[in-house]
Amino acid sequence: MTSEKKIYFYPIWLRIWHGINALGILILIVTGINMQYSNPRLELINFNLAVNLHNISGILVSVNYLVFFFGNILTPNSRYYRLKLRGLFKRLNLQIGYYTSGMFKNQPPPFPLNEKRKFNPMQKVAYLMAMYIFVPGLIITGMALLFPELIIEDVYSVSGVFLTAILHASLGFLVSIFLIIHLYVATIGKHPLNNFKSIINGYHEMNGH
Amino acid sequence: MLKSGTRTSAFLFNSMDMRSSFHFFLLLFFLGFSPKTRAQEKALAPENDLCLKCHTHQTFTFKNTLTDHMDNRMMNPLYILDKDHFANGVHAKFKCTDCHSADYGTYPHNAELKLEPLSSCLDCHGGDEKYAAYQFEKIDEEFKKSVHFQKSGDSFTCSKCHNQHYYQAQSRKNSDVSEIVRFSNEMCMSCHSNNSKFQLISEKLKPALSQIHEWLPNQELHFANVRCIECHTRVADSLAVSHNILPKEKALKNCVECHSKNSMLEASLYKYKNLQTRSQKGKLNSIISNKSYVIGAYQNEWLNRISILIFLLTLTGVCIHLIARIVKK
Repeated sequence: MTSEKKIYFYPIWLRIWHGINALGILILIVTGINMQYSNPRLELINFNLAVNLHNISGILVSVNYLVFFFGNILTPNSRYYRLKLRGLFKRLNLQIGYYTSGMFKNQPPPFPLNEKRKFNPMQKVAYLMAMYIFVPGLIITGMALLFPELIIEDVYSVSGVFLTAILHASLGFLVSIFLIIHLYVATIGKHPLNNFKSIINGYHEMNGH
Repeated sequence: MLKSGTRTSAFLFNSMDMRSSFHFFLLLFFLGFSPKTRAQEKALAPENDLCLKCHTHQTFTFKNTLTDHMDNRMMNPLYILDKDHFANGVHAKFKCTDCHSADYGTYPHNAELKLEPLSSCLDCHGGDEKYAAYQFEKIDEEFKKSVHFQKSGDSFTCSKCHNQHYYQAQSRKNSDVSEIVRFSNEMCMSCHSNNSKFQLISEKLKPALSQIHEWLPNQELHFANVRCIECHTRVADSLAVSHNILPKEKALKNCVECHSKNSMLEASLYKYKNLQTRSQKGKLNSIISNKSYVIGAYQNEWLNRISILIFLLTLTGVCIHLIARIVKK
């Protein structure tokens, strides 16, 4: 269980994409909250600066998303994202059981990571949702808000811009929640910083998580 | 003998392809719409017919008593009235002679008539209980502080912005905010994007508006969705529309004045609409039928509560798990 074996999980293109994405998403969340809850008496970032930073970071993350999207099509990395629906709930239950009880009893993980499995079922579902639903949704709604003349004016008497903006803010919130959990789960390992080192040097230490 | 000349609108209509216009009206008919025709507009006072016979046309014909010929002359463009536009204005039922001298009934008009002072808005609207709610005196007081009055004095009359022939009470009566914005901004633009009108009160050329507003993100979006006066006036609570137009140095340049929960727009552009929709449809409906989205100003109470709950649950879950990990280590 504490083997020193390392797997090269994160190729260079993926690490560069992840780094840019992480920086971009952090700026988007901070500036997004700053705009959504702007207050004339307590302005953390100047509103105009927040708008410009949000727009630039949004475009950066969108272009960067293409690297992820096509990288996953063109390289073997896509195999880690294939989800089998049959027995999914059972597998998720097993993983939840491990996180909530098994790991505290030093039980082995139900889905140990190896060359064929980079993500446990919970990670796989979370990453699929984040990367193939939330982020594309944010990109589409974000681009629409950047060019509001493209948005349908009225949807059953409710403003199209209004609906797009609500969807954009809601998806942004879900990505923020994902980020909190993502950062916390990354500390679960032999050492809390192991996974953070992995995403920099590319090698995952086989230590059970 | 006066005779009407070429009607502008008639000329335009005649120049349209009749077949395409037929299809257009047929389409409107089936869609349940009908273009605003003259029949639907308020009827103008019949006493005005004589004046409008000439003053709605590009040219007019009269019998020249010196030459004994019928002369056709061009009308001064400033004295041409748009009849349809006039019929939709608040003063549509007025007779021309309510404000202009009855002696204009003869032609050539007596030159001395030009020396007669014209009635100002306050001559009728001031001190009248019927118009008390509109607070014309307060409007006048605010206007006197404005950059327009400060720079041009009495020559800047109400009619420079509120054309007395065409004025419509948009901000009080229209619940379509985009219409209110368009109508209001057209008032400003009629001079500020038109050198010949701008120079009626200034020797300078009109300012380059898009350059001056370069700092403003999504400039076109702002111009189409908020009125110039949102930033270029100081909101006066008791007035439907603020009239103290500020010099550009004092105009609002702080985004969060509008883009925040207590958005200034609630007290200005959306003031009338909010009051109206809330009284007609209740608060919930006014949220659902919201036609606008101003970043920072729109905050849905329920979405805020749900998101705070999810956020706190996530943090609690993470903390409990972390504590369990530390304890069990």
